[in-house]
Amino acid sequence: MHELLLAGFGGQGVMLMGKILAYAGMKEKKQVMFIPSYGSEMRGGTANCSVILSDEEIDAPVVSKPTVLVAMNTPSFDKFEASVKENGIIILNSSLITREEIRENVKVIKVPASDIAKELGNERIINMVLLGALVAATNCVKVDSIMASLKEILPPHRHDLLPLNQKAIEAAMKLDK
Amino acid sequence: MTNKILMKGSEAIAEAAILSGCRYFFGYPITPQNEIPEYLAKHLPKVGGTFLQAESEISAIYMVLGGAAAGARVMTSSSSPGISLKQEGISYMAGAEAPCVIVNIMRGGPGLGAIQGAQPDYWQATRGGGHGDYRLLVLAPATVQEAVNLTYQAFDLADKYRNPVMILGDGILAQIMEPVELPEANMQLPEKAWAVGKNENRPRNIVSSSYPKVYELEQVNIRLHERYAQIKKNEVRWDSYLTEDAEYVIASYGSAARIAKAAIKMARAEGIKVGLIRPISVWPFPAEPFQRIIPQTKFFLSFEMCTGQMIDDVRLAIGNERPVYHYGRLGGVIPLPEELLAKIKELVKEAK
Repeated sequence: MHELLLAGFGGQGVMLMGKILAYAGMKEKKQVMFIPSYGSEMRGGTANCSVILSDEEIDAPVVSKPTVLVAMNTPSFDKFEASVKENGIIILNSSLITREEIRENVKVIKVPASDIAKELGNERIINMVLLGALVAATNCVKVDSIMASLKEILPPHRHDLLPLNQKAIEAAMKLDK
Repeated sequence: MTNKILMKGSEAIAEAAILSGCRYFFGYPITPQNEIPEYLAKHLPKVGGTFLQAESEISAIYMVLGGAAAGARVMTSSSSPGISLKQEGISYMAGAEAPCVIVNIMRGGPGLGAIQGAQPDYWQATRGGGHGDYRLLVLAPATVQEAVNLTYQAFDLADKYRNPVMILGDGILAQIMEPVELPEANMQLPEKAWAVGKNENRPRNIVSSSYPKVYELEQVNIRLHERYAQIKKNEVRWDSYLTEDAEYVIASYGSAARIAKAAIKMARAEGIKVGLIRPISVWPFPAEPFQRIIPQTKFFLSFEMCTGQMIDDVRLAIGNERPVYHYGRLGGVIPLPEELLAKIKELVKEAK
């Protein structure tokens, strides 16, 4: 069972990333749950969501000890580093997060996601770069399922962005190898 | 092959209402259920329906009464403070025998409280809620799929018993997304010969809760009471999990019941024989499965996201036969399975 916690600034595409993972899991006939956080939060504050992907029925609608944390910025890393399960994975956007991890019993993968996105010509695909890193590290869903889901979630007039999204995912996957 | 789609609990409730033939929605915004009106504002006009945001919860519930009196399938939704505001109108609807569906997506209270999911309105929902001696049929889904199924059935039940039906959910259920399978659209709605409206071939119908003559009102009370007895006989719904060999039984409904299930799996892994009885209809309350399991059970534990309300119904069901405990987190804090597990272990230790 994968219990993923995705966190970043509002506007970095955290919610979309979570939805794509849930859709992709559903396409692969997995049990899935998408749990958005909501609250009286400010613009520019942290946004986060959790996704559970499982082969068995999902019980509790809550992720307290994620198996994977994707932190897009420093406040998210600060807030959730301690919560990650022992032997879990933390994927960092190392373009923005410069501090070292405190945890010793987790695997930390540093992805310069903002820089990779910039190189690809669109800073708004940071989430896709990190999604690629997540898939490479966990095999939680297949890239094909992600692309098929993205096609369904994005409105048709945005479909011209699909190749760019795919490039972002692939760039990150190569990086890990 | 079944065609599953990923839906948010609140959106799924809204879509199920449309599929069940609901064509009128009157409401006023409040978190964490705003996706229900948002969805219906977008989709009701496409099927020839009407979405109307009223100036207050109170006017919204009376618009619901108007729509119901005219024979339409009509719904309102709100969250705890907004449902309190609607209580007068809900009582009027119970008295006028006007069928409707009311969705309460509970949040932390009292007062304005907080917007996170909680379960503090059990008493209000299951004891009528407003003034007068009435009951609502109250259904409490635990998953997005169950929210679809129960909302879809709620309109039929409301029409069948000419009584308001409440869907009692919480902020967690409304916000999570899960795959769901949607039912076919209901195209055959029941005839309502009692409804008001233009019809020259019958005497004038009146839908009202006003009965100034006491003996007449007493007859209405008796009739409603007999109807509630029918609902108690026909509409009790519940689910159970690992109760066959259970020595300890948790009572829990809605989102809390899912957390309970996770805790039970952990407890079972440690050899503790715990089971779950999950009321799906919280009124009528499923007393019978609790009574049946008394001989094998050492204690009952009511697990609710409040200070303990359903525990009363568990106690009414089993009397003084066994101890009944409570555990829960308050104010919108989501209890974790690990916490419940710790409580179970503590109680098991004490019981030995």
